[in-house]
Amino acid sequence: MIIDDEKDFLDIIAERIRAHGMNVCTASAVEDALNLVEEKSFDVVIMDFMMPGMNGFQTIKAIKGKKPGVQIILLTGYVPDDQRSEARALGVLDVIEKPPDLKDLIGKIRNIKTLKRAQRRKGSRKK
Amino acid sequence: MRAKTETVAESGLLFFGKMTGSISHEINNVLAIINENAGLLEDLALLLDRGAIVDSQRMKKISQAVMKQVRRADTIVKNMNRLAHSVDESIKTIDLNDMLELLAALSERFASTRGVAVQPQRNQDPLKLRTSPFFLMNLLWLCLDFAMGAAGEDKIVELAPGKTAGGIQVFFKGLGDLAGAPLKPLRAELDKGLTDLTKAKVEVDVENRLMVVTVAEDINAD
Repeated sequence: MIIDDEKDFLDIIAERIRAHGMNVCTASAVEDALNLVEEKSFDVVIMDFMMPGMNGFQTIKAIKGKKPGVQIILLTGYVPDDQRSEARALGVLDVIEKPPDLKDLIGKIRNIKTLKRAQRRKGSRKK
Repeated sequence: MRAKTETVAESGLLFFGKMTGSISHEINNVLAIINENAGLLEDLALLLDRGAIVDSQRMKKISQAVMKQVRRADTIVKNMNRLAHSVDESIKTIDLNDMLELLAALSERFASTRGVAVQPQRNQDPLKLRTSPFFLMNLLWLCLDFAMGAAGEDKIVELAPGKTAGGIQVFFKGLGDLAGAPLKPLRAELDKGLTDLTKAKVEVDVENRLMVVTVAEDINAD
C-alpha cells in the first residue's frame, strides 16, 4: 500500500509499480490507510511522513499497532537524522527521499516479499 | 539578559527556516510528480520500441500533468521570492492585502497538515502601511500558527484586514476553540521584541472567537 496526500504522485507511482506486476493499494488520507491496514494484508506500506491529520510517528505507531509484521518504507521529503533514527526505532525499514529511484524502490519491495515468503515457509515447516 | 534585537533575529531566522523548509518540501513533491511522469514516458517509449500500440491520449495526459506541476512550481517559487525579498529593505510601504495572501499561501502546507483551511479576505481598498515587512509577516505567522490551533469545528481560519483610527488591523476569525488554546507561548514569543519592533498590538476576544492584530500605519510615526 502507498499512502500520500499528493494525489497526483500517488496515482502515477502506483501505476508504475503495478506495471512491474505488483498489486498496489493506495490511500490519500491516514484514516483510510489505517482502515485498509486493518482489513487487508500488505507486504509493505510505503508512506509519506508529513500527512494531514496525524504526524508521521503517530501513523507508524498506529500501523505497527494494528499489524506489527508489516514492513514500512518512508517515501518523503527531507527527514532530519534524529527523526530518521526515531522512525527506525519504531520499526521503519527504510527512508527514501523524493523523488525516488523506482528501480531501487522496486528492488526493496521485492526483497521484502522474498524475505516474507522465506519466513512463511520456515513457519510452515516448523508446524 | 540578552538584547531584544538578538531574540528578534532568532525568531526571524526560525520563521524563515520554517517557511523555506515547507517550500522545499513542496518543491520536492512537484519534482517527484514530474519525475514519475518522465519515468512513465520512458516506460511507454520502451513499449513503442517493442512494437506495442500506445494511446496518444495517454501521452497528452502525461504532458498535461507535467505542465500542471510546472505551473504549481512557478507559484511556489514566486511566493518564495516574495518572502526572500521581504528583507531587502528594513522598512517599506506595503499593502496588507498582499501580505495576507502571501502568508496564507506560505502557510498552506502547515494548515493542511493540521486539517485547517486559511482564507484571506481582501479589503476593497488597498491597506498601505509603512512597516518592517519581514518582521510583520513573522508576527502574523506566529498569530496564525496560534489561530490554527484554536480553530473551531469547521476548521476555517479567516484573515480579515481592516482599518480604524488606531491603525491597520487583521482579524483572525473562526477561533471556536480559543478558550482552550494556550496563549502563554504566543505571548512569550511576541514579547521577545516583535510587537515593539512592528508597533503592533495583539488582542484576544474569547467571546467573539477572534484575535485582532493592530499595526501602526507608519512604523516611524510617534
